[in-house]
Amino acid sequence: MRLAFTIAVRFLRSGRGQTILIAIGIAIGVSVQIFIGSLIQGLQIELVDSTIGSQSQITISNKLDDALIDNYDKLEQDIDDNYESVRFVSATADGPALLSLDDDSYSILLRGLNFNIADGIYKITDKLEGNLPAKEGEVLIGTELKEEAEISLGDELLLLSGEGKRETMKVTGIFDLGVANLNKSWVLGSLPTAQNFFNYEDKATSIEMQLEDVFAADTLAAEIQAEQAGTLTVDNWKDLNASLLSGLNGQSVSSYMIQVFVMISVLLGIASVLAITVVQKSRQLGILKAMGIQDGQASLIFVFQGLMLGIAGAILGVLLGLGLSYAFTTFALNPDGTPVVPLYIDPGFIALSAAFAIVVSTIAALIPARRSSKLNPIEVIRNG
Amino acid sequence: MANVIELKKINKIYGSGQFQTHVLHDIDLEIEDASFTSIIGQSGSGKSTLLNIIGTLDQPSDGEVWINGMRTDQMNKKELATLRNRTLGFIFQFHYLLPEFTAFENVLMPYRIEHGSAPKSAVERANEIMNLVGLEKVKNNPSGKMSGGQQQRTAIARALMNEPKIILADEPTGNLDSDTTEIIYNLMREINQKIGTTFVVITHDRRIAEKADRIIEITDGRIVMDI
Ligand SMILES: Nc1ncnc2c1ncn2[C@@H]1O[C@H](COP(=O)(O)OP(=O)(O)OP(=O)(O)O)[C@@H](O)[C@H]1O
Ligand SMILES: [Mg+2]
Repeated sequence: MRLAFTIAVRFLRSGRGQTILIAIGIAIGVSVQIFIGSLIQGLQIELVDSTIGSQSQITISNKLDDALIDNYDKLEQDIDDNYESVRFVSATADGPALLSLDDDSYSILLRGLNFNIADGIYKITDKLEGNLPAKEGEVLIGTELKEEAEISLGDELLLLSGEGKRETMKVTGIFDLGVANLNKSWVLGSLPTAQNFFNYEDKATSIEMQLEDVFAADTLAAEIQAEQAGTLTVDNWKDLNASLLSGLNGQSVSSYMIQVFVMISVLLGIASVLAITVVQKSRQLGILKAMGIQDGQASLIFVFQGLMLGIAGAILGVLLGLGLSYAFTTFALNPDGTPVVPLYIDPGFIALSAAFAIVVSTIAALIPARRSSKLNPIEVIRNG
Repeated sequence: MANVIELKKINKIYGSGQFQTHVLHDIDLEIEDASFTSIIGQSGSGKSTLLNIIGTLDQPSDGEVWINGMRTDQMNKKELATLRNRTLGFIFQFHYLLPEFTAFENVLMPYRIEHGSAPKSAVERANEIMNLVGLEKVKNNPSGKMSGGQQQRTAIARALMNEPKIILADEPTGNLDSDTTEIIYNLMREINQKIGTTFVVITHDRRIAEKADRIIEITDGRIVMDI
C-alpha cells in the first residue's frame, strides 16, 4: 500500500504537465456540475417561492352542507400541536361581496383573517401602506382596487353581501401581495368582521397552512386528512399545481442528465490519459515486476493515481465552481441589485459532486490498473 | 556444494506451426551455490532466453527449473513474484533503474516491495551497499542523471539489497567503456567472494569471461562448452 502510494505520487510528479491537465479537466467537470446544479436549484427555489411562497400550501375546507367549519380553533390548535413541519396554521372566513361606490360596483372577496398568523403566510405587512385593522369594521384593500376605484386611506366603503346585508367599512391600509388579481379582488378584515358580515357565527370557511418543506405538502396533507380532518377536505398545492411540478421535474431531470454526461466525459478523459501512462510507465512496471512486485500492488499504483487526481480535481473544481457562482451572484445584477441568476449553494450537493468526482476518477483508473496487472515483465526486459 | 540452480531438459520453442523457432534444446545445467559462472555465445544463440528462464521471467516450453530447491516452472504469478523478490537479483544491460526515484531509493526498492516501508535498519543496509559499490557521494542523485557506470553500480546495489542467493546479469557492461567494464566485473567478483552470492553473467567479452569460475558456451540453443 505505502509503496504503491509512493510510486503513484512519483509517477504523477514526473508527468507534471499531464497531471495538471487531468486535474484541471476533472476540476472543470466538477465546477460545471456545481454551477449548473446550484443554478437549477436556485431557479426552482425562486420559482416555487414566487408561486406558492405567499400562499396557503395546505388548505382545509368543508365541501359539504354549508361549507363552514365548526370548532375551527380546536382543529387549528391540534394541527399546531401535532405537526412540527407546519410553520403557520390560520383559520379564515371568506365570502363574496359587492363593493358599491358611487355608480360603480366591484365584486370582491372579503376575507376574515387572524392577521397575527396570516401575515406569516401572506406577508401582508411587508408592503403595507397604513395600518392593519385594529377593530371590527376596518379593512385593507389591495393596490389594484385602490387605483381602479380611486379609494384612499381612511375612506368608508359600502359592502353588500349576497344575502342583502349592507355594511360600511373603513380602509386602514393598502396591501400589495405582488399578484394583480389578489390586489384587485381581496378585501381583508379581522375574522369577526367577516364572520359577522356573512352571518357565519363562530365558524370559519377554511384553515390554511404554510409548511417548513413545501415539497412535503402532499404527504402531510394526507396525514392531516387521515388524523384530523374527518369529513372535511384537505387540499395541497401540489395537487393544484401539477403543471408547475412537472416543469420542475423536467428541469431536474435535464440537470441530472447534464451532470451525468459531464461526469462520463471526465471519466473517459481520465481513463484514456491513465491508459497512456500505463504505456509510458511500462518500462518501470516491468522493472518493478522483475523485482517481484505483486500484480495487485502494481494495479494499486494506478488506482492511487486516479484517487489523487480525483481529490485534487474535486478540490480545485469546488473552488472554481464556488468562485464562478460567487462571481455570477456578485457581478451579474439586476438594476434593483438582486442577482440575475439566483444560485442556491447547497453544501450537501457540493460535497456529493466532489465525492462523485473522486469515485469516478478512481473507477476510471481501474481500466489502466487492469492493464498494468496484465503486463508481463519479459516484454519490457526483452525489448530493452 | 549444493546446487542453487538446476535445469532439467529445458526446451524453449517460440511461436507455433510453421513459424516455430526452437531456441533451447534439452538444456541440463546445474550451478553451485556461491559460484561465479559466465555464459558466452553468439548473438541469437539463446543466452538471454536461458537467463530469463532461470530468472522466472520466462517460462520453458518443457523441462524443470529448480531455484534454491524449489521447482518454479509450476509456480503461479504470485509465488514467482515473491521468489524473484527474495531469492533473485537482476542486472540488465540497459540499467533499468526507476528514473522517478533517486539512486538510493532505487536500491531500497526491493526491500520496500517486500515490506512496504523501510525501517532504519534497511536504510543503514542500503547505505552500506552504496558504500560497497562506491556510490556514497551520488546516492541522492536522480537515478536518470547519473553516468552509465554509476547507474550500473546502482543496479548492482539494488540487486544486492534483499541479500538474494543468486544474481543474474545479462550483458551488464554491454554499453560501458572498457575501464568501467573492468571496475564493474571486479565489483561483482568481490561481492561473490565476500558475501558468497551466486552470479550468472552473460557476456560477449571472452577476456572478462575467463575470470569466472566456470564458462558455459551456448551455440544454437545447446551447451557446447562447459569449463
Ligand atoms: N518472443 C520471441 N519470439 C520469437 N523468437 C524469439 C523471441 N525471443 C527471442 N527469440 C529468438 O530466440 C533466439 C534467441 O534469442 P536470445 O535473445 O536468447 O539470444 P541471445 O543469445 O541473448 O542474443 P544476444 O547476444 O544478441 O542478446 C533468437 O533467434 C531470437 O530471435
Ligand atoms: Mg541477449
